[in-house]
Parts: sequence; structure tokens; C-alpha cells
Amino acid sequence: MRYFLYKLSSFITTIIIVSIMIFFVFQLLPGNPAQIILGIDADPHQVAQLEKQLGLDRSPVERYMDWVAGVLQGDLGESLRYQLPVSDIVIDRIPVTASLAILSLFFTVVIGVPLGIFIARSDGKWISIFLNVLTQLGISIPSFWFGFILILIFGVTLQLFPTYGYVPWSEDFLGALRSFFLPSFAIAIGNIAIVIRYLRNTILDQSKMDYVRTARVKGLKERSILYGHILRNSLIPVLTIMGLLIADTLGGSIIIENVFSLPGLGNLLIQSITSRDFPLVQSMVLYIAIIVLLINFIVDMLYKVIDPRIRLKG
Amino acid sequence: MKLVSKLAYITIAILLLVACSGSNTEESNGTAKGNKSETLNQDEVIKIAMSTEVDNLDPYISAATDTQSMMDNVFDGLLDTDETGKLIPAIAESYEISDDGLTYTFTLKEGVTFHNGSDLTAEDVIYSYERLSGLNGEEPLSSQFEMIEKIEAPSDYEVVITLKEKNSAFLAANIRPILPADYEEQSTNPIGAGPFKFKEYQVGQKLTLVRNEEYYDQQNIPEISEVQFIVMPDPEAAVLAMKSGEIDIIPGITPQGLLQLGDSVNTVSGPQNMVQLMALNHDVEPLNDVRVRQAINLAINKDIIIETVADGKGTKLGSNFSPAMDFYYEAGLEDVYAPNIEEAKSLLQEAGVPDGFPLELTVPSDYSFHVDTAQVIVEQLSQIGIEVNIKPIEFSSWLETVYQNAQYEATVVSFTGKLDPYEILVRYVSDYRSNFVNYDNKNYDELIKKAIAATDMEEMAGYYKEAQRLLTEDAASVYIMDPDRTIAMRSDLEGLKMYPIQKFNLEDLKITNQ
Repeated sequence: MRYFLYKLSSFITTIIIVSIMIFFVFQLLPGNPAQIILGIDADPHQVAQLEKQLGLDRSPVERYMDWVAGVLQGDLGESLRYQLPVSDIVIDRIPVTASLAILSLFFTVVIGVPLGIFIARSDGKWISIFLNVLTQLGISIPSFWFGFILILIFGVTLQLFPTYGYVPWSEDFLGALRSFFLPSFAIAIGNIAIVIRYLRNTILDQSKMDYVRTARVKGLKERSILYGHILRNSLIPVLTIMGLLIADTLGGSIIIENVFSLPGLGNLLIQSITSRDFPLVQSMVLYIAIIVLLINFIVDMLYKVIDPRIRLKG
Repeated sequence: MKLVSKLAYITIAILLLVACSGSNTEESNGTAKGNKSETLNQDEVIKIAMSTEVDNLDPYISAATDTQSMMDNVFDGLLDTDETGKLIPAIAESYEISDDGLTYTFTLKEGVTFHNGSDLTAEDVIYSYERLSGLNGEEPLSSQFEMIEKIEAPSDYEVVITLKEKNSAFLAANIRPILPADYEEQSTNPIGAGPFKFKEYQVGQKLTLVRNEEYYDQQNIPEISEVQFIVMPDPEAAVLAMKSGEIDIIPGITPQGLLQLGDSVNTVSGPQNMVQLMALNHDVEPLNDVRVRQAINLAINKDIIIETVADGKGTKLGSNFSPAMDFYYEAGLEDVYAPNIEEAKSLLQEAGVPDGFPLELTVPSDYSFHVDTAQVIVEQLSQIGIEVNIKPIEFSSWLETVYQNAQYEATVVSFTGKLDPYEILVRYVSDYRSNFVNYDNKNYDELIKKAIAATDMEEMAGYYKEAQRLLTEDAASVYIMDPDRTIAMRSDLEGLKMYPIQKFNLEDLKITNQ
């Protein structure tokens, strides 16, 4: 319980610090949203009028307090570019990015974990060397490149998957799966490679531990040593990595959504930054920050489930 | 292990399922390449890739050019423009301008209806123009309409507009859309009187328009029954989608994209009434010296820039005006500063900077076209000792620092086309708010004043031509080119035209049976 409360309070403090940073960093960016909205031919008095309407003439501290008060009441403000409530815009985009994240996480676990175990077991054989080279490539090649290659092979040449766009899950389940398949796979490739390498290394490290020898001496089967003992101990660092990878997936989706023309949060984020749509950018960055912190929090909690020995020090 | 192998089986099963379902839908859609010729022309959906999202569906609130060029198909104004920039009647049947140039009388066509079925009458014109001009008591939405003194409707099909002062540029402003009176939902469900009706907009994904069967101009009823503008921010993705047959038209395709598509597509290209220039700030030393500006002009070889940056697809310019608007264009200025390094050097000598000087060139980094141009300029100006230092900044910052506050030495940018020469040339009037070049020539101011007050077209054009000549003689900036815009379309599509303003007129699109 103490562990839970401690982690929770650090979670909340971080969010407050992050919100202050988000707000003031964006204030420092050069570029006047009113001028950007009105474009190159705007009148100075039209710009001034819009600035007033958008509340840009007030002090940053005042605006921060307003923003925080709004956020606490669930009101994220209104987008400058779309002139619509931020929450309406963001809610439309969440399913896209969430689907990408979940599907790519699924690929990462389902492909990464078995392959990681396999490589560890066949350590030293040619197949493991070959797969090691592959994972090295997977880590170093950026996801957008994989995206284009996947489009070229499966979209243009084989015509098995659409090259762009998205269908909501509620409309057509298989259609949605098809449209998310390539982009989430493109994001997953790098992550799969990371998980494989990590898992292999920790499994090999763990196999040299004393408790493994003890287990062998007890006469346990290799298989139950691996799954009952080594794997359980190897999963903790992998879990940490998975937490980081989810955050990474959100970042990766920014580029991949552009490549596959998916109307997700990443796509929206890029647009709102270039148009200096502060309310929208702030809310999205805050949202992403909260998700990342929340994942870290969940990971912290999961440590205890996998290894009950984990306690706070001191 | 059981769990692991189970998961592996599930993955394989999903893969197969997805791939199989893929080939099925492809066939039933009939959009796959092989089936194209078998589909009926009339029922076909044309898909067009657009690089940016719709900013607002209300044409008076929207500021994005891409949005305007898409939504132009939904709306019509009193007047319209043809591909040469000539104003042609649209909702108005005819118009008359009083001798003092202050009163404009428009006679409207009868039988024009909005997409919701209501008749378009003088009342709607008044509502629309009052919104634009701020006569409804709110902020004016357009500075072009602020000069309106009053609007009256003597009858249902006649509108009389009185201006505060003579302004020949007002006529071209009448291409702005006419909207149904007191209809408040333009932002969510726009209604106009144009050739296409708004069907739906899926935020961030696509805008769907369908043919307006009741279009008043029956001769120009579109051949295409439905169009979808697909938001595709990545140009490379759009080219791949076109290759796979999922996109039919890419407006503004890059030269590299065109290379990939090769002969499999039809193209239309031409100048777009844009002026790409290297703007020089006259408030900065030594750029305040006309000889220095002339030397810079002489050292820059525009042909090389066009060849390398635009792949040869651009029209060389000599002043802040494109030949796309032929009637007002002063020809021959593009060769006034034919490249001449020796002369440039001696001009610098005369100006007291024989060894050149360092020059900061601020470039909006979002536009690779301008960044590439800047790099060629660096090379060319180094020949006369001018050491150019490129400072890339984001366009959003560019708007504030360079355009609004004129805190720069030189910059590379382009101005998009306007339908009236006044809107283009007013930038250099000494007290104009956005004269960010800080050009100051009383003769020029006088010419523009005369042009705006002129009622005779020939006389007006004469003043504008002389103004262009002044800009060239004073070497106000380096005017580089009007880059061509290229539209790529499926090989059985044709008919799209280039307009002097950002207009994407789908009435023109035809399907051939080849």
C-alpha cells in the first residue's frame, strides 16, 4: 500500500510539473497564432482583434491559471484553427492512435517474446546469428521506411492491403483490421527487434545463475526450468522496456500516421504545432504525457505482481 | 510454451484472414486497376489527394488555400474567372458600373437555387456581403469588402453596391461565394449554389462532394457524380496510392513523383500566377543602395535556378508580376538584369562595397522549394563576394518576424496569385501595412493610386505596367520565377485547367473512353 501511495504521489507531481513546462515552452515559441490563422494578407487591426478574441493579449500566468482551471473541469478550451472544442477534435482521433498502439504492441509481444526465447535457446547456432543480424537491422532502420516498403509490397504490388486511410472498427471489423495492419506492423518491427535482443540477453544471463544450477541438480526438466524460473526472472527488465516501447509507439505513430494518411493524434499534433494552435497542442501533449506516466505507473505496479520481493527501499 | 505457440497460431490465422478478406473487398469495390475499364463512368467516384486538412468549411472563415480550392466547387459568386483571369458572370447575369466608379449594379440570374432548394435572391447577396464587409455590425471578414458604404436591393434580382471611394479592384472581389441568408451551419453543413453539393466531411480523412443535378448553369453540369478529397499529408504516400489505383488525381505533384508515375498518367501543367522572389529589405544597409540591389540582380542567374530547383518547369520573371495575367503584364522585364558578373562587381565598387558583404538570407524551412533556391543563390552571390548565410526558420515564425515585423535582411518566399493586379502590386506602396520590403517610391505610390481610380481598362493596365517597370528599375527585389504547377491524373481523365488563382474546377473534368 505504501508502495502504491508513493508511486501515485510521484505520478501526480510529475503531471503538474509537466503541465507547467508544456504551457510555458509553447509560449516561448515564436509565431503569432492570430497572424497564422489570418494568413499573409491579414490587416493589423484584424490580427489585433483576433488576438483579443483568443485571449492572447493577457499575461501568460493568467492564461495558465485559466487553462488549468478549464482542464480540471474537463474543458480543454477551443482550437484556434478549427474553432471547435479541443475535446471534440481529440476524441475523434483517439481510436486511430489507440488501435495503432494496441495492435503494434500485440505484434511486439506475440512475435518478439517467442523469438527471443527461441534465439536464447539456440544460442550459438547459425540461425541465432542470422536472427541477431536481422534484429540489428530492425533496430536501426526507421519505421517510416518500413512503412513505405510495406505499402510498396503489400499495397501496390500485391494489392492485399489498402495503401492509405482507415475504416472505423464499428463499421467494418475486418476492414479496420486491414487498414491498421501495415502501419502497426511498421511500428512494431523496431520494437520486436528490441524485445528479442533484450529477452535473449536476460535469459542467457539468468541461465548462468546459481538458482538454475540448483534447479538442475534437483532434477527438474529443462523446459520447466526455463518457463518456471528463468523466464519469470527475465521478464522484469523486459516489462520495463515494454513500458518505454508503448511511449515510443505513440511517438512512432506521429510519422507512421502521416505515411499511411491516418487521422490520428500524431497527425493532428504536427498540424497544430505548425499552425500554433496552442490550446490543441497543449492538451495533446498533456494527454500524451499522462498516458506515458500512467503506463510507467502500471509497469511499476506489475513489477510487484511478477516479483513480490520488490519493495521500496528505506 | 503452450501459450506461446497458441499466440503464434492466432497470429497466423489473423494474417490469413486479413489477407483473404483483402482480395475479396478489392474485387467487389471494383477500384483495383484491372477492373477500372469495366466500371461505368457516370457512377464513378474520383479520388483526389490533398496534402492538408480542411481548416473550416465556412468559406468566410476558412483561410487555407487548399480548403478554398476544394470548396470552390460547392460555392459560386456573383462573378467567376476563366483560365485567363477574365471575370465572367456567374450568379450575376450582368453588371454595370456608374461613371463615377462608385456604384456597382448587379442583375442576378433568375432560377438559381441553393443546394437546400431555396431560391437565390438579392436578399442572400446582401446577407453575404454584409457579413464580409462588417455592415451587419460585427467585425469585417474581408478587407476587400470594407470599402463598401451600403448595399441595397431595389428588386429581388437586383443589387446596388455603393463604395466609399473609387476602387477598380472591387470588381474582382465579387468572386467570393454567395451564401443563403441566415443559415448558420456553414461550418458543419455548408450550402452554396455551386456545381457540387457537400455530402460529408470525415475530419482528417476525406471530404466528399456530389454532383448538383439542379445546377443553374445546365451546360456546365459536371460529368463526375462524386468526388472525394483524401487527406494525404505525405506526397510519397500519395504517389504510391496512385500507383496502386486508389487515388485518381494528385494536384501539385512533385517532379520526383511524376518521374515515378511515368507515362501511366495524364498531366496538365502551367504557370500558377505565383511570384517567387528573393525579397530585399530596403531598410538594411547596404541594401538601401539601389546599385547594390542591381548588382545582386545581375549576379543571380534565374535560368539556373529554374533548371535546378524547378526541373526547368517555371517562367522567368523580371518584376512582381506573372504573365499568367496577360492583360496587365509588362513583357520584357525578365531580361533587364541578364547575368553579368563584371558589371555587378563594378556596381558594388561604385556603391562603396567592392569586396562584398555578409548577407543573412532567412528562409521558411517548411518549403524545400525555397530552401533549394536559397542554396543556389548562396553559390551565385559568392561570385561577387557577397557571403550569404542561410537562416532557416519555420513558416509560422517567418510570418511574424519577417512578414509582420520586417526583421530580416533578405528572404526567399512566394506570393500566391490574386485576381486583381491591385492586390498584387499594392504590397510595394510605401504606407501599405505589409510592405515588408520597405520599398519607398512616391512615383510608384502615385501610379497605383491612379490605377485604382481609373475606369478605363486600357488606361488602368497602362499604370500597372509602368508600376512593374519601376519595380524592375529600382531593383526592388530579385524576382525569380512563377513555378509551374502540375496536376497528375489517371490516364482516362482529362480537361482540368489551370487558373490564375488557386482554383480546382471539377466542372472541367471529363472521362474519356479509351
